[in-house]
Amino acid sequence: MTKVTNVVIAGLGGQGVLKASDILADAAFRAGFDVKKSELHGMSQRGGSVSSDVRFGTRVLSPMVPPGEADVLLVLEATQIEINRPTLRDGGILIGPDVLAEGALKNKKSLNVALLGAASTVLDIPEDEWFAAMYANLAEKLHKINEQAFALGRAAALERSQAD
Amino acid sequence: MSGERLLMSGDDAVALAALHAGVRLGTGYPGTPSTEILETFDRLGGRAQWSPNEKVALEVGMGTAFAGARTLVTMKHVGLNVAADPLFTAAYTDIEGGLVLVSADDPGMASSQNEQDNRHYARAAALPMLEPIDSQQAYDFTWLGLEISERWKIPVILRLTTRVCHSKTAVVPRDSADEMAEPRFERDIPARVMIPAYAKPAHHRLRQKLAEIADWNEQDGPNRLDEGKAELGIVATGIAAVHAREAAPEARQLTIGLTYPLPLDRIRAFAEGVERLVVVEEGDPVLVDALRAAGIPAEGKPEMYRFGELNVERVRRILAGDTSPEPIPPKGKPPELCQGCSHRTVFQALRDLDCIVAGDIGCYTLGVLPPFSAMDTCVCMGASIGVGLGMRHVLPEDQARRVVSVIGDSTFVHSGITGIAEMVYNPPATGHLVLILDNGTTAMTGQQEHPGTGRLLDHSPTGKISFEALAESMGVQNVHVVESSAGEEGLKTLIAELLAKPETSLVVTRQPCVLAAPKIRFYEKAAAEQLAAEKGCAAEPAG
Repeated sequence: MTKVTNVVIAGLGGQGVLKASDILADAAFRAGFDVKKSELHGMSQRGGSVSSDVRFGTRVLSPMVPPGEADVLLVLEATQIEINRPTLRDGGILIGPDVLAEGALKNKKSLNVALLGAASTVLDIPEDEWFAAMYANLAEKLHKINEQAFALGRAAALERSQAD
Repeated sequence: MSGERLLMSGDDAVALAALHAGVRLGTGYPGTPSTEILETFDRLGGRAQWSPNEKVALEVGMGTAFAGARTLVTMKHVGLNVAADPLFTAAYTDIEGGLVLVSADDPGMASSQNEQDNRHYARAAALPMLEPIDSQQAYDFTWLGLEISERWKIPVILRLTTRVCHSKTAVVPRDSADEMAEPRFERDIPARVMIPAYAKPAHHRLRQKLAEIADWNEQDGPNRLDEGKAELGIVATGIAAVHAREAAPEARQLTIGLTYPLPLDRIRAFAEGVERLVVVEEGDPVLVDALRAAGIPAEGKPEMYRFGELNVERVRRILAGDTSPEPIPPKGKPPELCQGCSHRTVFQALRDLDCIVAGDIGCYTLGVLPPFSAMDTCVCMGASIGVGLGMRHVLPEDQARRVVSVIGDSTFVHSGITGIAEMVYNPPATGHLVLILDNGTTAMTGQQEHPGTGRLLDHSPTGKISFEALAESMGVQNVHVVESSAGEEGLKTLIAELLAKPETSLVVTRQPCVLAAPKIRFYEKAAAEQLAAEKGCAAEPAG
């Protein structure tokens, strides 16, 4: 089967996990990939743990990332890292909230997009598709702050990978 | 629009297909994971409305279908239990406009009180059932369901599951349907009046329809063959089909789209061409039992995989016959009542008074969790009142006096009103107390309107039911409304007072949901402005 890229985004209800996965799925879709995205609604909206799976490639079958097969795991809340770690494959990339320095973001609400910026350094999606997806999924008044967040996350991840 | 490739959820795909296929009316009651279908249908320009409950939604849908209009009725799996009464006899009738009933099942119980498998309803009610594997099929099968429904004059169940409803996958829509004939009443008494004289032949007609649909399904049904090696043959349905394809890409696979009535000859021929046949299905062993009953030798899954959702890993284990214990996923943070939620005050009071609480379905069910732990039963929509009354009837007096029924506003309209009738008609010796936690919205499912909010699905104003006036008119002895300003102490004192009386009591605690409050204020303001504008117009001279 052709290679599918598996991304899991996790955090707590209200942090923008689902919005981040909408943007990622849309960006991959605009880039011409087959895309499937899956998540659970309902009880999880009341402040509990939330996670969303995004898979893209030439052909995607199941919408859910099998355990231990995530290539990239984005976690918006430090307490949620360990419970989601089993989803990551050996050698998979974990991007946590500590990718950014404390206080680096003007608005904490844009952490979801900042982590997408960090993930953009390892995902095969052109930059203009990321921005098109962001504009399509966020209210116009939020565009600027999220552009900045995306750039910050991307720069932080690049810096870190060079340091490694 | 046709030809464009879109990324959308299964729910949105059903709504888009309904719009393109010319559905005149969508009805339903909110319930995860079905809720977004009617909301999207409305947003796209379709006519959609919430009913007080699923039974009424289906009855309204029967009316529109009898009148010749294409109809969509949506609900979650347990909603179909409520609508089962009309469903079973609707099957006997001849409808004119196509009727697709969406049953959105929740295997794994992401947000439900059980994981019942509504495929049983297709067989029990004798209605065709379509099961899409993704959003494209959700779109296509909505169309196909309407077409089957009209061709054989029979309602069709479109069974979705959580992962079809809420997964986004690619959809290529088709052109919109040509202009439909206008609805118009044509009298056909034997086809629609189910007295025994007409229902007896109608039952025979129903079986004849199913036999014809099964024949059609053999040749032209929406069933897909994926070629593969003969060593392993898989028969699969719904979301399990994509898990299976990923788990065993080398297998030969038959994916059944119209799962009732089954294309048994086609499955038999498939079975004969493979060395090993495994049925991969989520939930109960419905399909494998049907194949075995037809004499087709098929392996099912070990019992442990009946519980919860399937995924690629579990399907791999099923195919390998692996029954070793599965790794237990780490526990996430459980949900909780929001900070500032009006229900918190109520559950604090109930906990402090050591009440025995018959609970109900909604956000407030979270009152069962710490720090409140103030709920003792929760079964189904509306059960709080009957269960509370039952306990009052038999418990010793000191315990009976502590029993309280707690129900939300939307749930009360859905299934609580008959409970009040029961309380007035068969009052326990110690009386009873019902609390309606009125937060002005159907909060749990994402803040939908209901007949107690005075607003329609699209949030525009309409008639409004007053719970307190209703309770008084039904003969409840003590009726109180507690606004949020009363605070916890005021509420506690009132509850204690009412529990001490051997009388029937109802208290409405009224404070908008903290999440919905800003929107409610916005809708109220818009309605007031519209009213003012209309009055302004009316005051102007005609001409």
